Amino acid sequence: MSHAPSNEPLKRTPLFEACQEAGGRMIDFGGWELPVQFTGILEEHAAVRERAGLFDVSHMGEILVRGPQAEPFLQKCTCNDVAKLSDGRIHYTGLLYPTGGFVDDILIYRNSATDFFVVVNAANTPKDFAWFVEQSKGFDVEVVNASADYAQLALQGPLAEKLLQTLTPLNLADIKYYRFAKGEVCGVPAIVSRTGYTGEDGFEVYVAPAEAPAIYRRILADGKPLGVVPIGLGARDTLRLESKMALYGNDIDQDHTPLEADLGWIVRLEKGDFNGRDVLVAQKEKGLTRKLVGFEMVDRGIARHEYPVVEGGATVGVVTSGTHSPTLKKAIGLAYLPLRMCDVGTEFSVLVREKATKARVVATPFYKRAK
Amino acid sequence: MKQPEDNRYAKSHEYVHVEGGIATVGISDYAQKELGDVVFVELPQVGSQVEANEEFGNIESVKAASELFSPVTGEVVEINEELASRPELVNTDPYGDGWMLRVKLTSPEELDVLMTAEEYEEYVEKEAGK
Repeated sequence: MSHAPSNEPLKRTPLFEACQEAGGRMIDFGGWELPVQFTGILEEHAAVRERAGLFDVSHMGEILVRGPQAEPFLQKCTCNDVAKLSDGRIHYTGLLYPTGGFVDDILIYRNSATDFFVVVNAANTPKDFAWFVEQSKGFDVEVVNASADYAQLALQGPLAEKLLQTLTPLNLADIKYYRFAKGEVCGVPAIVSRTGYTGEDGFEVYVAPAEAPAIYRRILADGKPLGVVPIGLGARDTLRLESKMALYGNDIDQDHTPLEADLGWIVRLEKGDFNGRDVLVAQKEKGLTRKLVGFEMVDRGIARHEYPVVEGGATVGVVTSGTHSPTLKKAIGLAYLPLRMCDVGTEFSVLVREKATKARVVATPFYKRAK
Repeated sequence: MKQPEDNRYAKSHEYVHVEGGIATVGISDYAQKELGDVVFVELPQVGSQVEANEEFGNIESVKAASELFSPVTGEVVEINEELASRPELVNTDPYGDGWMLRVKLTSPEELDVLMTAEEYEEYVEKEAGK
């Protein structure tokens, strides 16, 4: 995640001590002191794909949008169709500037037609909140930055439901993908959603900060016999990239639209006007000039964030994310390429340490779990 | 892991183990831990020359790419071919099967400026404390 260097002290989540105690190696991540890994990225990655893993994602921001005009307000600010949500449902969407670029990519949870819970990227929280407040002028709506009121844990992997079910009276089987319910987890009030950033089945659990450490420790203790382990940011990145989930600051930002980011499925032009719609309509009519595609390396090496894509001495594109895929055991990544190079099978060159290194456009996601 | 006593260490965290004028080069246990899971090691050709404090190759972990610097000057007489298919040896056995190069030393006096095991341990403690 990109962020300006600052002299401000690092922020800690309520799970800082619990993560350290579990063996987490802490690093600076966008101003937050978070675990990059526990036992190692490859091991943690495999644990989530095969069993389950527990993440501290308390750094994520939570913004409440409430009032008679909450729905039309969110319709104006975002590109997905908020009217399609019903109570207890969630969707992924883009918070857009009038230019069509991303302020952020967010989740919207609908409590009711006048009460929404919005989850935003940690480093973007102050920016998103200020943007919401500014955009809310003229709407009968209240916007509250409630980030300090919530800790968030993610339990992800094929065993997630089985393990979490032992800690909650909620019937988890009733919570389908991208839905949520309120109830108790380990005896304390929680929001539980079937969502995640790994490509596996799993849940995200929002609780009061003071309650989070006991839940984190309990899940790890109860999960130990099942092979459930704590997961750091390193594996979070390899897991999300294999599943082609975008990372703000890498794959999407204010200079790229959802259509360019290959997120057309969150763009609902037919819903009526919203910030950036004109630009998206024009892109649809005239066609895109560039698009985000998945690639794998043909030559040896790993093409990483910001490595240039070159053609005849000129830079024609850029890698936005790249890593070694632990599941596929090869180097994969995402890149913005000129449209003429975006077809699956097209080969192109990335400058890896000043050397033109061959890569090939492939279909995405790189990894899809068996249902 | 304690640093092997008879090795010398560079500030860039490579080690040298010398036997009969041949230096075995690899990265330290501290370095492999810092890098995390190693997935790719790019080494020079046998017969090429390496120079002290100059880059001789690259190492990629899942997390990041890093340059490898030679602590000594000389001719590469052998490379660890095994690392092409099993780069994880750098993590599991940095001072043994995870070695990278064997170099025929041309300037053995270069060894004198490298750190002893004891000095390197102190150096690493300071680095880690930063």
